Amino acid sequence: MEAGRATSGPGGRPDTAAPAIELRGISKAFGPVQANRAISVRVARGTIHGIVGENGAGKSTLMSILYGFYRADEGEILINGARVAIPDSEAAIRAGIGMVFQHFKLVENFTVLENIILGAEEGRLLAPSLARAREELARLARDYELQVEPDAVIEELSVGHQQRVEILKALYRKADILILDEPTGVLTPAEADHLFRILANLRAEGKTIVLITHKLREIMAATDSVSVMRRGEMVATLRTADTSPEELAELMVGRKVLLEVEKAPATPGRPVLEIDDLRVTDRKGVERLKGISLAVRAGEILGIAGVAGNGQSELLEVLGGYARGRGRVRMNGAEIDLSGRHADGQTRRAAGIAHVPEDRQRLGLIMDFAAWENIAFGYHHDSLYQRGALLMDNRRIREDARGKLGRFDVRPPDPWLAAKRFSGGNQQKLVLAREIERSPDLLLVGQPTRGVDIGAIEFIHRRLIALRDAGKAILLVSVELDEILSLADRIAVMFDGRIMGERLPEATDERELGLMMAGVVPGAEREAG
Amino acid sequence: MDYAAILSILEGAIRLATPLLFACLAGLFSERAGVFDIGLEGKMLAAAFASATLAAVSGSAWVGLAAGVGASLVLAAVHGVASITFRGNQLIAGVAINFLAAGLTVLVAQDVFALGGRTPALTGAARFQSIALPFAETAATIPVVGPFYARVISGHALLVYVAALAVPATWWILFRTRFGLRLRAVGENPAAVDTAGVSVTGLRFAAVMICGFLCGLAGVYLATALGAGFVKDMSGGRGFIALAALIFAKWRPWPAMGATMLFGFLQAVATRYPRLDLGVVVVPSQFIDALPYILTVVILAGFVGKAIPPRAGGIPYVKER
Repeated sequence: MEAGRATSGPGGRPDTAAPAIELRGISKAFGPVQANRAISVRVARGTIHGIVGENGAGKSTLMSILYGFYRADEGEILINGARVAIPDSEAAIRAGIGMVFQHFKLVENFTVLENIILGAEEGRLLAPSLARAREELARLARDYELQVEPDAVIEELSVGHQQRVEILKALYRKADILILDEPTGVLTPAEADHLFRILANLRAEGKTIVLITHKLREIMAATDSVSVMRRGEMVATLRTADTSPEELAELMVGRKVLLEVEKAPATPGRPVLEIDDLRVTDRKGVERLKGISLAVRAGEILGIAGVAGNGQSELLEVLGGYARGRGRVRMNGAEIDLSGRHADGQTRRAAGIAHVPEDRQRLGLIMDFAAWENIAFGYHHDSLYQRGALLMDNRRIREDARGKLGRFDVRPPDPWLAAKRFSGGNQQKLVLAREIERSPDLLLVGQPTRGVDIGAIEFIHRRLIALRDAGKAILLVSVELDEILSLADRIAVMFDGRIMGERLPEATDERELGLMMAGVVPGAEREAG
Repeated sequence: MDYAAILSILEGAIRLATPLLFACLAGLFSERAGVFDIGLEGKMLAAAFASATLAAVSGSAWVGLAAGVGASLVLAAVHGVASITFRGNQLIAGVAINFLAAGLTVLVAQDVFALGGRTPALTGAARFQSIALPFAETAATIPVVGPFYARVISGHALLVYVAALAVPATWWILFRTRFGLRLRAVGENPAAVDTAGVSVTGLRFAAVMICGFLCGLAGVYLATALGAGFVKDMSGGRGFIALAALIFAKWRPWPAMGATMLFGFLQAVATRYPRLDLGVVVVPSQFIDALPYILTVVILAGFVGKAIPPRAGGIPYVKER
């Protein structure tokens, strides 16, 4: 293994005993894809160890092997110096390993207690197990700030509380080693801070924590040591104190990356999109947008910040033309229909609105269709693509697709490849190529870099800035505060279907935005000019 | 309509609801574990045939019971292998079992007995006889309550009482035991069970085999207690009605008893009054006979409120990549 600077005993703690976790030469292939290649790493007891890497670098696979969810093709695992076989999750639990998956493994209509004891019951009857779990839960809540209502049903809890249940599950099973896979993706900044306090408490108790994340800021703030993975290999293990975000990013990507987006100040022009008192009620009769008023001007990026599920998706859907709403929306001064009777995606595009949806695999692409077909979707009525009255000019579309793939650096630039065969970042570039090259007056873009590699993020951000500089309006929805802060010229925070306020990125910070995302308006009298 | 007639209809309702209740509870175990089973019908039919055949040959209802349950368990195992081990489509596996049972039973019956696809009529110890509950005779003299006890509650075959006891037993297993908790969990989110270190395959197989056992009892009851021998297609869509009752009951044991009693009641009315004279109009017998099936369609069309099936139902469990 070509380690950058291998260290032992990270975090400045004395490495008296054997490491809590030691992996030696772990390899794992899924068919032709080598997900992990001869991975070796040591994690000292009582430390927080970060693992960073791009999507598909093999972080989650490695941790799933450690938790017995997958079996390694080669290599060995040592826990506290003793070699162990981990063929399934039961063996992992016995070895003292607990895992909090990115997508929680909870039974949604069970109570907290039922979820905690599932698989760890004592005896054949439930009552004694439930009683003991209730006591144990009270103790864990006291010791680690892990308060959660034992009789609450999971689906009624916030995501942050659901995550606590996952941590409690691991602790109830007496886990000494806790693995967390992308734990902060779904949390508000305040919830994330709380999580890191819990992790610090656990470390103080001598527990070992492995934190998988792509957020370098969290690595810097929370970990003692950090390993970097790239394309299935472990490229470096470093002491966090000795490294920097820039160095980690470079190790992850394999070349220098710009973490900061370079952009000139915006020169906003006339308003392109004007939203007045927009309301959306979903099928269950719940009001999801409770009177949104916004304006996006030409040549600016308006960023919508907020925790997922606070109405951002509904806003994009109604503006994109596939959900109904009430209120007034004007595009270039002309009112657009919100009733759904005279309007759909087609008429929205005709009005100059392009949409890069949040869920590109469901709404942005047809995964089984070829790239060239996906490039034409939505614009397939364009006369450019027609031959006569009935036929499509497929050769023309393929030619067009080849050009767009090239200009947007989609790899591989093969128009015949099915959308599902591209990586997440390249799928996103495919959608962006289709929408941006039409030069729309307004681009709606949701989570542009979700599941996208750092290298591709840089490219996508530059493209969005270029579109803005060409005098177009952009409405950007993202749950990544960093992205909003670096891209947006103006920031609106959404909470519970309402706009909590607008801020200028240079006049605010993560703390203030985080509070607003949680529904608190600090210094309510201060408004962005 | 006099009191005796009401008692007679209620008594018939219980008799006719029993196979539905067994099948409904069978489906409950399977579907709560996330395996949809439209092969209840086929398993009942196979069990009815096997029990009638072996009871006729041996002269013992108990031998018939073992044979019927055994046949149903074999088909349940086939369903399990197809839909759990090989992660096949559960609906298609169920349809295949239904076709297999419908064809094979008649074929073998004709080959063995040459009675046009029937088995010989069962008599005496080859059938489950009705049991008089204690004090039924003396209680019959007490007004109102007495005849109800003597004529409706008492005097059924043993399997009827087994079915009634299976309801609280199912409830207790499902909601008070470790096995029940895991079974419900595997039907809602198998990944949660897997990561908790419990075998998804093992749990689902256990549920499917319990389903086979209960379906077997339903079939045995049809051939050796309700009827006296096997006739072609004698399950008569009861497996599907049981599925409708299961949805009606929202996958809960006590409501399952209520739902199957409702269907049993309608069938009992149809049996007693082939032509229902309402004074103004005479309802034709075809309509009365069709009532349980019409009700099934109405229930399945979702007119009885929202029924939320187990969330992982029908989906084979594959570890995500």
